[in-house]
Amino acid sequence: MLRYLVYRLLSAIPVLIVVSLVTFLIIFLVPGDPAAEIAGPGASGDEIRRIRDSLGLNRPFHEQMISYYTRLSQGDLGRSILLNRGVTEAMIERAPVTLSLAAAGLFMAIFVGMTLGVIAAVRQNTLTDQAAMSFALFGLSIPDFWFGLVMIYIFAVWLGWLPTGGFIPIEQSFTGWLRSMAMPALALGLTQTGLIARITRATMLEVLRQDYVRTARAKGMPEWVVIGRHALANTLIPVVTVIGLIVGILLGGSLVIEQVFSLPGVGRLIIGAILRRDFPVIQGGLLLTASIFVMVNICVDIAYAYLDPRVRYD
Amino acid sequence: MTDATVNEARFRLFLDRVRRSTLPRRLYKHRLFMTGLILFAIVLAMAFLAPLIAPHAPNQNNFRYRLGEPNATHWLGTDNFGRDVLSRVIYGSQVSLRIGFLVVVMNAVFGTLIGASAGYFRRLDNPIMRVMDGLMAFPAILLAIALAATLGPSEFNAVLALTVAYAPRTARIVRASVLVVREMDYVQAALASGAGHIRILFRHVLVNSMAPLLVQLTFIFAVAVLAEAVLSFIGVGPPPPTPTWGNIISEGRNYIREAPWISLFPGIAIAFTVLGLNLLGDGLRDVLDPRMKVETR
Repeated sequence: MLRYLVYRLLSAIPVLIVVSLVTFLIIFLVPGDPAAEIAGPGASGDEIRRIRDSLGLNRPFHEQMISYYTRLSQGDLGRSILLNRGVTEAMIERAPVTLSLAAAGLFMAIFVGMTLGVIAAVRQNTLTDQAAMSFALFGLSIPDFWFGLVMIYIFAVWLGWLPTGGFIPIEQSFTGWLRSMAMPALALGLTQTGLIARITRATMLEVLRQDYVRTARAKGMPEWVVIGRHALANTLIPVVTVIGLIVGILLGGSLVIEQVFSLPGVGRLIIGAILRRDFPVIQGGLLLTASIFVMVNICVDIAYAYLDPRVRYD
Repeated sequence: MTDATVNEARFRLFLDRVRRSTLPRRLYKHRLFMTGLILFAIVLAMAFLAPLIAPHAPNQNNFRYRLGEPNATHWLGTDNFGRDVLSRVIYGSQVSLRIGFLVVVMNAVFGTLIGASAGYFRRLDNPIMRVMDGLMAFPAILLAIALAATLGPSEFNAVLALTVAYAPRTARIVRASVLVVREMDYVQAALASGAGHIRILFRHVLVNSMAPLLVQLTFIFAVAVLAEAVLSFIGVGPPPPTPTWGNIISEGRNYIREAPWISLFPGIAIAFTVLGLNLLGDGLRDVLDPRMKVETR
């Protein structure tokens, strides 16, 4: 297991090198002079020069690269042009919002998705199964940001039950946090709910045909024990595998959802930076999100090895 | 080449021919595939016939009917400029489908070339796939938004950004198929008979790795339609006044209290299209590549 852990950590190095390279090179894709683009159409020569200096764009390519990697090795993601403060600092400040949104979305996707998948599998080829799978398919087809807007209209504008947007920290008020997170988490988790429901159903159907499930039933075990203890545990493995993938989608999805619900998270910071061409923030956001994604996938692989004793990595 | 190898290759070709000859019938009998096909055909017809079926010009302002409710003249209401929402949704389908189609074509070309090179040429496998892993470490939509914003908002740049974001995923699927097909006896036989690598790759390996690619491309089409809507919603897709489903939703967002219909209908159009494509993809996968099947019925 330890060897596998070391191998998995080492295999992340080339991925992180590519990630950092892409992040570094993205500014060179700007057509024309990046400094002039960032400064905007009405900017003076002095202002453009100041931005060029602050980004180090007037230095040779190799020097820019060395400086970039030196900064990264010190955990410094650069300085935001618009906020006039450290990118790392700004990201850390907003991270709790994004993390609680992603966690709530993930919880909702796993909880609802697995429940739907199990019910559909147990009641295979019935109306319940069809309804659950239709819901899953609709979930996969509906744009999450649009679903968010529809919920705002129904639950905030029309019924007045929930706020239209904004964020209340959990330490300030739990119910306030729950109210501010309910719609964004539902919108963010909907697509992934469909995905998990489909995977759970497919795996559960396979597991229910196994000999040990038949044996458990033959021994006279109640159905809920057969499903809950014997079948469900083995259904978890593919679901855990897919969680790695889902985290990436949730991190990407949170960008738009934060925008829709006016949540002051990292996603909103990145989108603001993208629209106003604040490249240090864009680069920092890309790098941070990709690094989190890589780390989550390592954790998922380790969890996979732990959950499935058949997998012998040693 | 031994007789046994030749016979096996012939038998495989025979099986393949039988499989292909029954393919349309099997697809026709697949309920989900046909439902998806009908849904997608409706959207396709809407895009092609837009100038004929749209009741108004998509950018025709009419401030007298600003934020007008759905009525007999404007079936889906009007937006903040008094433009007919139905006409804009109909014309929006052209942009969404065009971008989706171009992303599929670019993915088919680049994803296949990259994946096939990695799968077939062992020396290229590691370096190519590490780069692909690196690109896949970014959430696709975040990478697409960042690239589209960096390159500037336009239809072409949206296609380019979505291709860079999704081609690594296509490449990985092609590579996996090629790795299997490469080891088949008929490929070894072709090699032994002196065929060149490029010829083998295109004539034997890729042709027999098409099923998962086709299924993947259908899903890429669906994802591209959704992603284009996100790009337009954020403001880095094709710029207004070009109607796209994403930018209509975005514009309607500011009037969600007074005129919810502006955002409602383009969202339904997106869901309808993506649902059709997902059903098509599910059907194709069930028929072409049953090993990948996630049972849905």
